Amino acid sequence: MTSGDPEEPLRELQRRIEGAQRALDARKTKSAPRDDTGSFGSALALAWRIGIELVGAIAVATALGWAIDRWAGTRPWGMIVMFFLGVAAGMVNVWRTITGMGSAVGYRQTKADQTNAGAAAQDQRDDED
Amino acid sequence: MAIEIRPLEQFKIEPIIPLHPFGINASYTNSALLMTIAVILVTALAVLGTRNAGLVPRRWQSVAEMSYEFVANMVEANAGHGGMAYFPFIFSLFMFVLLGNLLGLVPYSFTFTSHIIVTFALAAMVFIGVTIIGIVKHGFRFLSLFVPAGVPKVLLLLLVPIELLSYCIRPFTLAIRLFANMLAGHTMLAIFAGFAASAPLFGILPVGLDVLIYFLEVLVAVLQAYVFAILSCLYLHDALHLH
Repeated sequence: MTSGDPEEPLRELQRRIEGAQRALDARKTKSAPRDDTGSFGSALALAWRIGIELVGAIAVATALGWAIDRWAGTRPWGMIVMFFLGVAAGMVNVWRTITGMGSAVGYRQTKADQTNAGAAAQDQRDDED
Repeated sequence: MAIEIRPLEQFKIEPIIPLHPFGINASYTNSALLMTIAVILVTALAVLGTRNAGLVPRRWQSVAEMSYEFVANMVEANAGHGGMAYFPFIFSLFMFVLLGNLLGLVPYSFTFTSHIIVTFALAAMVFIGVTIIGIVKHGFRFLSLFVPAGVPKVLLLLLVPIELLSYCIRPFTLAIRLFANMLAGHTMLAIFAGFAASAPLFGILPVGLDVLIYFLEVLVAVLQAYVFAILSCLYLHDALHLH
């Protein structure tokens, strides 16, 4: 009886550790759909980014054209030209965003793509942790 | 009596301490108060969190270390070689925006990132800083950023303005993205709360929806801070490496 007493709390602890381990494993397998919300979030962010990229480019370029017109008195040509340039710049930005070329100015394929892929992999790893 | 719904009232700037030196309105406003709180909280996290640092981190030390490692990984992966020199700036930027977004979700507080002048100031800081870094590092070669390679000379006439424009638009899109996300989310929350107030019997539905939107807003708050910081890193990468 006296020899059984010191063993008992240890066994109890062992049982509790195993229970916690099981619960943790169960939670880990259950948290697989959590990855889904993560990708939903990043998809949402990407959608926002693309929309803003296109609309922002057009709006800023057009406003710039309007300002040029006011300054140079060339109404309405500056605004028209800058509008189309803005559309082009917005399209280019959107294209670069979705093809994974980053939002880099310049067409050259860069190391940025590889490092971006590295970052994505890093995120994946972080999610799994 | 009908309840008036004013979803945009939450964005009103109100002076707390009116200050008008030399006729300039430099009052200490609710926006400035929240910024001060954000800065104090970030500083407290960094200073108090790492005080009595142990090999096995306690709660706050763990938070401080996690945010440090998160941003460090981001800078390392996206700004490339030599980007770590600018880690303190990116870290401050990320934490400031993150705290601004999250503090704004506390009821009765104020979201300073929902004002375009604040986000634009941050974005302009990034833009001007990155441009200066690029010019200092590369001199006139920095302008080669705007000349796409392997393009016929005639097309350059069209492409260089487009490249220049898409470079100059960066601070605007960076600012608008953060500001629009915050403004839209908070307005949506207020509108649904207004529905709940004007329809007492079925008010439980909009309140339930508000709770769900709130969780989405927490996600958006963290995500937008992350996007802001990661895009700053990418811009920095362009300036440092010029591909």
